[in-house]
Amino acid sequence: MIFGRSERGKPPVEPVTLKILVAGGFGVGKTTLVGAVSEIRPLRTEELLTEAGRPVDDTTGVEGKHTTTVAMDFGRITLREDLVLYLFGTPGQDRFWFMWDELSEGALGAVVLADTRRLEDCFAAVDYFERRAIPFLVGVNCFEGADRYPAEAIRQALDLDEDVPVLLCDARDRESAKEVLIGVVQHAMDYGADHRPAVAT
Amino acid sequence: MSGDGQGRSHWFDDEAGPVVRPYAMTRGRTTSPAQHRLDLIAVVGTEPGAGDPDGDPTLAPEHVEIVGLCRDAPQSVAELAAELDLPIGVVRVLIGDLVHAELVHVTRPVPPAELPDESILRDVINGLRAL
Repeated sequence: MIFGRSERGKPPVEPVTLKILVAGGFGVGKTTLVGAVSEIRPLRTEELLTEAGRPVDDTTGVEGKHTTTVAMDFGRITLREDLVLYLFGTPGQDRFWFMWDELSEGALGAVVLADTRRLEDCFAAVDYFERRAIPFLVGVNCFEGADRYPAEAIRQALDLDEDVPVLLCDARDRESAKEVLIGVVQHAMDYGADHRPAVAT
Repeated sequence: MSGDGQGRSHWFDDEAGPVVRPYAMTRGRTTSPAQHRLDLIAVVGTEPGAGDPDGDPTLAPEHVEIVGLCRDAPQSVAELAAELDLPIGVVRVLIGDLVHAELVHVTRPVPPAELPDESILRDVINGLRAL
């Protein structure tokens, strides 16, 4: 069972749930990163779109198809019986940005994964989180065969604010992925202390 | 993407698409009057005094399946959707029905405008380190 079976008769514990988003361009390693730390194989949820995709989708020849599926991969880390962290990979296609609003609502923070060979692919994600004041860090997925750049050079290339952490990582490696997540939470804590009151209501 | 879900409850294959159009299960409803939009990580648990949903003629098999999944352990909305292999929107409506029928209740995550308590964030960091 998902949260671990509780003893019969005792009501199961309802955990506090938190979420971190994993964003970045297509093929940058979002699902790999989720899979590296998740206790479950990344699951997939889907949402059906109807009219929204119409102006963009070329449905010539498949006029009967009025729905499109947006898929989101996610993983779970049970930190304690009563504390569960979910990792959501954002949909890769640009035209599903509106799904991000739903995903980012209430998110603790975000990881923007970057590939130095296609740095421009993550501009949109950086922009998104900056605009919505969601704390994020940039994880540079060090692909084999890709040139390595110092974190500072990447910060400049992405024109990041000084307080946005840039980490070099390997999305396949559990320890590395853990470091990235710890970095996000740490940054969210610092960010919260600087930018908004801990309790808004 | 049903994958390993096949054979158990799916007697059609992925290629053919669902036999029942997803929103047919909600009788065309896309929102549930009783419910505010449920967050993906809102946790659904069964009500302690809830009866056996099997005997309730107003419930669809999918409703019964949700109650069954939540009975052993509370589940997040995202996990229920993945497990049932249904779109999130459909699952939200079905959960809304079950809340209305007082079979399950929903625990919402930390409200978006509030940052989780700093001590929770510290627990998260420590928990991640200990993995």
